[in-house]
Amino acid sequence: MALSDEARARLAPQAAEIIGRYPKTRSALLPLLHLVQSEEGYVSPDGIEFCADQLGLTEAEVTGVVSFYTMYKRKPVGEYHVGVCTNALCGVMGGDAILSEISEHLGIGIDDVTPDGKVSFEHVECNAACDYAPVVMVNWEFFDDMTPQSARDLVDGLRTGANVKPTRGAPRLCTWKQTAKILAGFPDGQAAEGNTAGHATLAGLRIAKEQGWTPDDGGKR
Amino acid sequence: MSTILIPELSAHWDEPDSFTLAAYKRNGGYRALPDALAMQPDQVIQTLKDSALRGRGGAGFPTGVKWGFIPQGDGKPHYLVVNADESEPGACKDMPTLLNNPHALIEGIVITCYAIRAERAFIYVRGEVLHVIRRLQHAVAEARDAGYLGTKILGADLNVDVVVHAGAGAYICGEETALLDSLEGFRGQPRLKPPFPAVAGLYACPTVVNNVESIATVPYILRYGAAEFARFGTEKSKGFGLFSLSGHVTTPGQYEAPLGATLRQLLDLAGGIRAGHQLKFWTPGGSSTPLFTDEHLDVPLDYESVAAAGSMLGTRSIQLFDDTTCVVRVVLRWCEFYQHESCGKCTPCREGSYWVVQLLQQLEAGEGSEADLEKLLDICDNITGRAFCALGDSIQSPVASSIKYFRDEYIEHLRHGGCPFDPAASTLFALESAR
Repeated sequence: MALSDEARARLAPQAAEIIGRYPKTRSALLPLLHLVQSEEGYVSPDGIEFCADQLGLTEAEVTGVVSFYTMYKRKPVGEYHVGVCTNALCGVMGGDAILSEISEHLGIGIDDVTPDGKVSFEHVECNAACDYAPVVMVNWEFFDDMTPQSARDLVDGLRTGANVKPTRGAPRLCTWKQTAKILAGFPDGQAAEGNTAGHATLAGLRIAKEQGWTPDDGGKR
Repeated sequence: MSTILIPELSAHWDEPDSFTLAAYKRNGGYRALPDALAMQPDQVIQTLKDSALRGRGGAGFPTGVKWGFIPQGDGKPHYLVVNADESEPGACKDMPTLLNNPHALIEGIVITCYAIRAERAFIYVRGEVLHVIRRLQHAVAEARDAGYLGTKILGADLNVDVVVHAGAGAYICGEETALLDSLEGFRGQPRLKPPFPAVAGLYACPTVVNNVESIATVPYILRYGAAEFARFGTEKSKGFGLFSLSGHVTTPGQYEAPLGATLRQLLDLAGGIRAGHQLKFWTPGGSSTPLFTDEHLDVPLDYESVAAAGSMLGTRSIQLFDDTTCVVRVVLRWCEFYQHESCGKCTPCREGSYWVVQLLQQLEAGEGSEADLEKLLDICDNITGRAFCALGDSIQSPVASSIKYFRDEYIEHLRHGGCPFDPAASTLFALESAR
């Protein structure tokens, strides 16, 4: 895919805004890569060239950074990219079974895309939601306490355009490209939406309240 | 029952708008900031030293002491970098904090910047948590609009700007110097220390790198005083913190408690290990801390007691595994993680992680011999302490501790010609599918 002149012209002021956030320009490289990924869905050679131009770097310097970070894709992924945690705890709790279920159900392998372009998947490392294991991410939103069946339903919903909602996240699931735009530092207006205090988040607080262990316990206030 | 839980950071997470500026202020937020600004910056640093708060990101270095290392009057810009790259397997405390109470972090950032004389702060948040990033962007915008960030904050001679910087998927960027390289736009590879970031950090300028929970605790300490904070905890591990219980436990989740609480106490509250099963092994502080077993239920979870019992408190990331779980499978998976996340800079970690994984794969498949266990330990000995950072050292923790406590289980794999466990029995939905 090529980055059109129109796209370059549109991205340039956004790139300038990103660069303006930092005391030194090169610090803008990671968000700039998120930005070009938001345009093309992956970091293409054109995207690398665009970033290099903005920062006065060589394409080799930029490529060396791209290849280090797993979130930058070097080929297109689905409109909805699914990440199944198969680190030890999620894997044991069912992540391994979920991963093979998704692969079998979609009939594709890791990093492949369904023929309709809707869904791709990969296994991810620990996503900091172990108290909701097994965890599945879709475009980096949390889907908690998953099972092989709920994972099947999830990817089916993503393909049919059903209203799929994260367990803890924004009610309107972003596409892969929209997600990358937010990561580049351009909010989508959904920050104040969605329930984020799930059962595990509140587990200790609920018990403390039941026991009457209030914050002012001990007369410290 | 005596008080075990102290919800402070988590006190209002059950209020639907807890993440907003309005809710934070309603619950007493942004009242520590004027108190701090009424003090001299050095007094704020002294207050943190007096509180004995130790870094909540795992290493447990005293936060106030770290701030005190920043040279003053050196004519260079100073920076605060908040490490929100929570990625340690088992660690899941900072993400709910940021989702539900981001303003505690923002207020802590402003106070910290005042203390260390910094005008720029960066929140380096892992990229794979979209809604957390939204909430941070939102909180920064709200705080800026309300005059808690920007120029002449609360009319004082204080300017603070905060940038939310999303990472791009690399566990190693949780290591503070790798994080700084990443924030400078490079591959995230650790730097040789010294110099430490306090002297030569971001852009070679004096930089404090602190964990989310450390900075989010700062407003409490300023508001209620160092002595009040230090009233909680044990002799050398003061205050409270979030303990994260995950895995085969009846009620997984976040439990905010004084340091020194025991797993037995926490498990009692959490309803114990899931019905019909027994605790087999657990990590006190994430996958990089040596395993504990049911022998260690009464170890006070503070830095000293956990170390004396042979592990590390780390990030209080308590992953619980019951009797259905194959320890070889779990240890192999963690080592595959370290292999994948090794940045490749130092040979012992880069190569050693591959060797360890190969040996463990063979053992899990029932191949190899008992001598491979000694070989594993020998390789680990030759990784630990021989690299720029501690990622490689982390491999030794699960490998050596699992061989120490479960040597027979490794040998059973050899005798059995494979794994004797049924992975389906360990899953969350095992009961569901048995019905």
